[in-house]
Order: sequence, then structure tokens, then C-alpha cells
Amino acid sequence: MCGIAGIIHRGTTGDIGNELTSMLQTLRHRGPDSTGFAFYGSSTDGQYILRFKAAEQEDLKKGFGIHQEIKQRLASVEERMRELEVQIVEQQAATEYAYRYVIKYGGDLRRLADTIEDIDGVEILSIGTTLELVKDLGDARQVCESYGLSGYQGTHAIGHSRMATESDVDIRSAHPYWAYPFKDVAVVHNGQLTNYWKGRRELEHNGHRFMSNCDSELIAVYLADKIENGTTLEDAMRESLDALDGVFTYVVATSDQLGMAKDMMAAKPMVLYESENCIALASEEVAIRSIFKEEIDTFDPYEGEVRVWQK
Amino acid sequence: MAEMTSKHKSYDMGMHTELLRGRSQQILFSAEESENFVYPGSFDVDFDKRSEIDAGEMTATAITVKIRELMGQGFGHIVVKNPLAKHSLGVGILNRLKLDFEGSLGYFGCGLIDGPNVRIHGRVGWSCAENMLAGTVVIDKNAGSCFGAAIRGGDLVCKGDVGARTGINMKGGTILVGGRTGAFSAFMMQRGRMVILGDAGMNLGDSMYDGTIFVGGKIQSLGVDAIPGEMTDVEIKWLGRKLAMYGLKAPKGVAKMQKIVAGKQLWNYDNLEPAEKKIIL
Repeated sequence: MCGIAGIIHRGTTGDIGNELTSMLQTLRHRGPDSTGFAFYGSSTDGQYILRFKAAEQEDLKKGFGIHQEIKQRLASVEERMRELEVQIVEQQAATEYAYRYVIKYGGDLRRLADTIEDIDGVEILSIGTTLELVKDLGDARQVCESYGLSGYQGTHAIGHSRMATESDVDIRSAHPYWAYPFKDVAVVHNGQLTNYWKGRRELEHNGHRFMSNCDSELIAVYLADKIENGTTLEDAMRESLDALDGVFTYVVATSDQLGMAKDMMAAKPMVLYESENCIALASEEVAIRSIFKEEIDTFDPYEGEVRVWQK
Repeated sequence: MAEMTSKHKSYDMGMHTELLRGRSQQILFSAEESENFVYPGSFDVDFDKRSEIDAGEMTATAITVKIRELMGQGFGHIVVKNPLAKHSLGVGILNRLKLDFEGSLGYFGCGLIDGPNVRIHGRVGWSCAENMLAGTVVIDKNAGSCFGAAIRGGDLVCKGDVGARTGINMKGGTILVGGRTGAFSAFMMQRGRMVILGDAGMNLGDSMYDGTIFVGGKIQSLGVDAIPGEMTDVEIKWLGRKLAMYGLKAPKGVAKMQKIVAGKQLWNYDNLEPAEKKIIL
């Protein structure tokens, strides 16, 4: 089933950490397997925020060797960064297996991502100047507490509570997906794509990488491919309605935009609240109501509808 | 109503004006048998007894239990404050009741009801009034998809816009929409009437068996088996009467609305609606 949510503050910032946690916790019944957040905070002034994991949560239960292995993987990441002349400005361990680095890097992001992900067990969750992507097993409150997300200030955010149906319950298959190799692009999706393997093969031929077997990753990579070829986000989203087969509603965010698209059958829900200062969207209105106590007007977008908002 | 024993009364009220084909499913209730049409678990209520519930901190189950408790105490007018778009509120009410929600409902609101008059001062999520048998549900704002799915009777009214698959599999009753509807509205419609004052999305009336759709705005496209029909004087009068009941108006007048019917006879159905059967009683 899955629940998706998003919020964008126009011309200002807000407590998107608590807002999105509240929305996703309200959607917990739609998918308790994992929860993910893509936050867009203030710009890091030419620096990148790199979020990556060096193991799956489940790996920690497989024996004592994994703890040493994670340390080795981390050392390899830093060694390869040095080789690429990446300057590490700041580093934090959110959990034993999930890390946040602030880096300075002037080279090609695809090369950086490929070089780091070449280390066995390491996956980049996001690279961005404003994007920070956090995802893990458990509900929104658990992930929020584990990663200290409460009070996170930013302009916009998207999130996902996942019910695993066709791929594993692990961080690799959790949403949001970063649109490798583009900085600051993230996607969450509710639905099922029926042309996943066909689409994946085509995109892999174009040089894109897939980290999971989750059909939702196809949307992120599809949009990345379009953007790479000069298509605007909104046009890429409109083209996706024909290119992606199946039932879906997805939400995508960039450093300054937030958008949603709904398939031609309108088979997956989405409720919108739109005001001059703020737009909130979620699979269920109850999630929006969890952050707006006053009476508000909401509506459902229609089949085949694409909307994009500027922050 | 005991004196209304003749089936001709319903003809006089304009309920049997459509040509019936083949096997008829009309079963006219006998007033003498009315006691057989009482549900276990339904309540005799007094419309002058009013009570309020603040649902802000309550679960959906607790709200439903509270409504039943109040109906058991004879309250015939219940106001629910702060519903906060919670799911499955106002469901399974099998008796007459005036029920007001001061706010929006989530999914599956007012499902499986038979008799209450519900007013929602807000919006409703997906599948509002699913399988409704009788009564009225009036929504002041917008509604989500699958509005009135499999409805069998009563009047379901949304004054705003509604989503896709409105009235999917509807088997009777009347759905009135003040604004537009999404794709596949009246999908597999079997009986009843759907009135859309705004525009209708693609594939309107796809695979419909029977029933009638009236559209005041543009129709994006008709579905398989749906064809334009010819509006009759009786239908124009019926539309005028029905819309006036809920303070709605056709933008260009009811006479200019488009009528859509099934183009292929799959089964033999009539359009007598359970709610109107009850009025005859």
C-alpha cells in the first residue's frame, strides 16, 4: 500500500523534521516496514552533503565480524575520497551503519558516486547541496529518534512509509530514492510499475545504476535520465505518465521544487492542501490534518495530473 | 403512510415512468408488512434530542461506539466536532438519525448506512457512503475517489468536485455532484441516477449495464457501452426537483444537460430506488 507525503514552505523555512515525522507516523498503517525522509535544508555554500550507509540494519544481527567490516568499509570510503581530492569538512555517524559527511568536491558526481559505491556493502543514499536523505527500518517516530531529525529546519521535504510487497525489507529498498547521479533530486512512490524490468534494462544501457530491485527506483532513474538530457523536471514528469506503466502516484523534489504526478487511472490516492505559504500533500488527508489544526480546504488531484511548486 | 397501499401511488409520484424491459425487479412494500423491515441493532430516536461529541482525541472505533450509545439513549440529532479526517466515521447506522460532522472525514465515511441524514461540513476521502442503502449524505466541500461505490439507494450529494470512479458499480440511489468528476465515473453502473453538474472525466459510464447519467458540463469521453440518450420531460422535472432539494443548480439549466445511458442491454433492471420504496411505505 505505502504512504507518501510532502510539504513545501514558500519563501520561508519550517520545522520540516517534526512536520514530516507527524505526517508519516499518521500514515504508519499504510506501511510499517521502513520510513524515509528527504529534507531540503539551507544551502551548504558550495559544499555537498553526502549521506551513505555502510551496511544494512539486518547485517548487524549476522555476527560480530560486521562491526569490524563496517570500519573497514568506512576507511575505504575515506581513502577513495582522498584519491578523488574530496575534502571532508564534517563527518557524523547517525547510526553504526549510516553516515553524514559534509564534503568539498569539484569533480563529476557520477564518478564520485561510482567510486564510493564500488566498495562492497556501501550505498550512497544522497548527494546534495541542500538534500539530506535518511531512511531506515521502522516507523517514522523510530527513524526520527534514531537519526535526531526532530526540529530539522528546511524549506521542503518528502517522505515515505513503506509496505514491502515486491522487494526486500531493507534500507536499499526503502524510499525515498535519490536520482543518481543528480544532486538534490529525490523521489517517493506509491503504486506498482508493470514495465519495471523493461524500463530498467533501457536505462542501464544508458549507463544508469540501480541499487535495488524495487520498481520505485525506476522513477528516480527515469527522471534523472530525462534531466541529464536537458528535459525540465515538469516535462520529464509529464512524459513519465506515458513511459511508466502501472498504477502510481509519486512525489519528486529538487533543491527548489516539489512536484507530484498521478497515473491515468488515478488508482493511487493523493490529497492536497494548497495555500499561499505552504503546500502539503499526502496519501491520506488525516496526515495533513496532523500538522494543521485549523479547518483547511483539501482536494484530490485528478488522473494524469502533474503539479510542480516552487519553494 | 399506512393508507398508501396501492402501487399506483408510486406511479403518481413519478417513480415508474421509465419503460421496463423483461423481468422486473420491482417489489413494492406492503404497509402491513412494514414491521418485517426493521433491522436488529437499529434504534428509535427522537429528533428533538440533540447531543455533541468532540472527536478530536477519540479513535474511530470510540466515535462509532459513542454514536451507538447516544442513539440507544434516543438521541436523534448528533453533532460530531473535530473529526479531523479520521477514517470510517458514521458507518453502519441503520435507522433515521440527523448526524452532522463539523469538519472533514477520511476514507470510508458513512459506509453501509440505511436511513440517516448526514451532513458533512467539510471534505470526504475515498469511498464515501460505500454500499449506502437509504438516507441522505450531503458534503459541503470536495470528495475523493470511489464516491458512492456500490451505492444501492438514497441521495449522496457532494457540492464540490469528486475524484475518479465516482459511483463505481452503483446499484441504485442518486449521486449528485456540484462540480466535476474524475475518470471512469459510473463504471459498471447497474442502476440509479448520477447527476454531474460540472465536467465529467474520461470513460464516463464505462461498461455500464443500466441507470442514467446526467451531465451539465463537458464529457471528456464516454466509456464502452455508454451512449447519449434523449432527455424526457419527466426527467427534466425530476432533475429540477432533485437539485432544488439540495440547493444546486445546473449551470445552463436542466433542459440542456446531457443524458447518458447504457447502449447495450446486458440485464433487465428498473430504476426504482430503495430510498423511494421506503418513502412509499
